[in-house]
Amino acid sequence: MDAIRIEGLTKKYKDTVAVDNLCLSVREGELFSLLGVNGAGKTTIIKMLSCLTQPTSGNAFLNGKSIIEESAAVKSIIAVSPQETAVAPGLSVCENLELMCGVHGFTKEKQNKKISELTDLLGFESVLKKKAGKLSGGWQRRLSIAMALISEPRILFLDEPTLGLDVLARSDLWDIIRSLKGKVTIILTTHYMEEAEALSDRIAIMKDGKLLICDTADKIKETAGTDSFEQAFVRIVKGVAK
Amino acid sequence: MRMLMFANRNTKEILRDPLTLFFGLGFPLVLILLLSAIQANIPVELFEIKRLAPGITVFGLAFMTLFSATIIAKDRGSSLLQRLYTTPLTPTDFILGYTLPIIPISVAQCVICYIAAIALGLDITVNILYAVLFIVPVSILYIALGLLCGSVLNDKQVGGICGTLLTNLSAWLSGIWFDLKLVGGIFEKIAYALPFVHAVELERAVISGEFSEVVPHLLWVLGYAFVLLIAAVLLFLRQMKKQ
Repeated sequence: MDAIRIEGLTKKYKDTVAVDNLCLSVREGELFSLLGVNGAGKTTIIKMLSCLTQPTSGNAFLNGKSIIEESAAVKSIIAVSPQETAVAPGLSVCENLELMCGVHGFTKEKQNKKISELTDLLGFESVLKKKAGKLSGGWQRRLSIAMALISEPRILFLDEPTLGLDVLARSDLWDIIRSLKGKVTIILTTHYMEEAEALSDRIAIMKDGKLLICDTADKIKETAGTDSFEQAFVRIVKGVAK
Repeated sequence: MRMLMFANRNTKEILRDPLTLFFGLGFPLVLILLLSAIQANIPVELFEIKRLAPGITVFGLAFMTLFSATIIAKDRGSSLLQRLYTTPLTPTDFILGYTLPIIPISVAQCVICYIAAIALGLDITVNILYAVLFIVPVSILYIALGLLCGSVLNDKQVGGICGTLLTNLSAWLSGIWFDLKLVGGIFEKIAYALPFVHAVELERAVISGEFSEVVPHLLWVLGYAFVLLIAAVLLFLRQMKKQ
């Protein structure tokens, strides 16, 4: 079953077409990456799919619910971890998680259970009482993902989740993302080729709001006639693939 | 419930900032003590404690504008608001969640100022309680101004515009530091067309027990508070849509 079905989604800002007539679908439990250079339209797609921005035309259906006509229903099954860390800096890790439980209307019991689960999953024991604003970039990213996971979303949007992280922090975060595969449908945007290749079931490469190709990393390499995914990306974006 | 969780978070963010505690609660206190010391050496009618204390309680609210604008601007900048827009929180939850926590802080600031004023010789009357009560509509006026600024400015701009420009403007045009009649002319007219001087004269009238003078000033304050709150809500919703 398709978790996401996108039909002719378009977003225009004055003279700029940020997303141009996008059509694709994402299967339930799939980890799907949107890859592209700056201005490719990755973040705009996430904003439209998470009901933060209205499309200029077209529609998308998340678990069968329209992002235009049924935005409340869509919001109840999704969560977003934005490009910026998006945590409350003056609150502790635990208080940030409590905040998200509170805005989702959890009972005290469910809140405690959820925080305990996420603490185990993301290894928060040592930082639970620390202020979020004092954490390293890697820990803030972990917290950002935990805050998105609180509501037990069916579809999770991760917008550049490892941006600016060092190699170790990125590797840790990759492990966390891998552990979520199959349990939740993940849409991930990234600039990093190796990240998309290592984590994704399928990858969509975009340029100037247009979808250039959508396939597995191996098939994309095959199409571009190279063994290197980075080389394949460059060839496809430059329009020199076979 | 959801709104209260959000309001609770905002209260914690504001109160955990040491600068907030200094400027919000400590700075007005310093001003009362300093100006009362000046008054003791060089008596000026304007700085008599029954005129000074109401003025300082209103002046201190300029920092509430700064607090409310800063927290919204920072939440917008860090994308926390973007994250929360994808949750079941409604626009009303956001507006109330940002507004309500600052009202008790404003009242606390007012109470501290009047306690200091009592120690400096202000007569203890029931009017002080009324003055604390009347600070609520005035605080809504200043908070609405903060909501408005926070919805359109980034946190650096908020620091400049709310922290410097607005604080100074509301001070000059309030009649706290000098008698507006001494300047007169267009300056006085502009000052009386704005809400700041009315807020100060409202508090002074209440403290003096001249309740017949309260209503016109209160209407100015409520009118501006209403208009600013509507403008703030519209601008907040606009930036919410722009996400």
